[in-house]
Amino acid sequence: MSVCISRSEVDAEKETDSAELDRRIVFATQAGLPLVSRPYDELADRLGVSSERLQQRLRAMLADGRMRRIAAVPNHYRLGYVANGMSVWDVDDRCVDALGERVGALDFVSHCYRRPRHPPDWPYNLFAMVHAHDRDEARDKVERIAALLGDACRAHEVLFSKRILKKTGMRLRPD
Amino acid sequence: MSATRLDNIDRAIVNRLQQGLPVCDEPYQAVADELGISEKKLLKRIQQLLDDRLLTRFGPLFDAERLGGALSLCAMKIPLDRFDKVSEQVNAFDQVAHNYEREHLLNMWFVLATASAEEKNEVVREIESVTGHRVFDMPKEREYYVGLHLPV
Repeated sequence: MSVCISRSEVDAEKETDSAELDRRIVFATQAGLPLVSRPYDELADRLGVSSERLQQRLRAMLADGRMRRIAAVPNHYRLGYVANGMSVWDVDDRCVDALGERVGALDFVSHCYRRPRHPPDWPYNLFAMVHAHDRDEARDKVERIAALLGDACRAHEVLFSKRILKKTGMRLRPD
Repeated sequence: MSATRLDNIDRAIVNRLQQGLPVCDEPYQAVADELGISEKKLLKRIQQLLDDRLLTRFGPLFDAERLGGALSLCAMKIPLDRFDKVSEQVNAFDQVAHNYEREHLLNMWFVLATASAEEKNEVVREIESVTGHRVFDMPKEREYYVGLHLPV
């Protein structure tokens, strides 16, 4: 009896294995990375793979953007950034993408997105989160965005957060 | 403990760790070397920063959409006398990752994180039906920048 497995079948099987391992890595690290000298070894042990294989999968996920980075998430309130304003802008559709890139590049903007308008309640299409130590500092920063947008922007507002109603972080659940 | 009580080593650690830990056998040693402290001290300080809730989390940060899930920012316009009740109803959904009260006519803003776009639309409809208020769904159409880096 001859066993004939084509090369593409082998490759396909490897891909399935990697996809499954990647899923398990996501769930195994949701609580965080182990704080031990060789964290990837410990994680690999838990997942039943070699540390080399685990590190290879982490690099692959970083390279294709599924993983942004392995990093600390600061609690901005407790670090003194208590004025967190969501600045929202009604920017000409013809130049919103070019301008959005420039707003996003400002060092005090943490998130910058284009989102759909909902007129008449909500005319804004560009969102930029601004973090500051107090509201005056936040408003100064918003003015710098306004200067950058110039005539392309018809209106803007800053929505300050008043209260955190819920903050659990993202929880991805297994299927 | 607040930022004013962080010493210079804590500040250096918080600033450095926001940029990302390398993938290598002993990543903490590599960062400790850069900061000029011992690995043991670095690990102890990270644990302390987490215990004091100065860091929300330390580990891999995933892009939920690239993993196949869906995310959306949603807003609602809730009368003040109904606000706490509706907040309770909205927060009861597991898919609501965080929720903020903001100063605006649209005064409730939350992020929905779901396994698929279909599930997201379903949850939006369920929230509308449970609360009796419209949900303004504002999924991102384009991302220009994501990367919180707060110097301390």
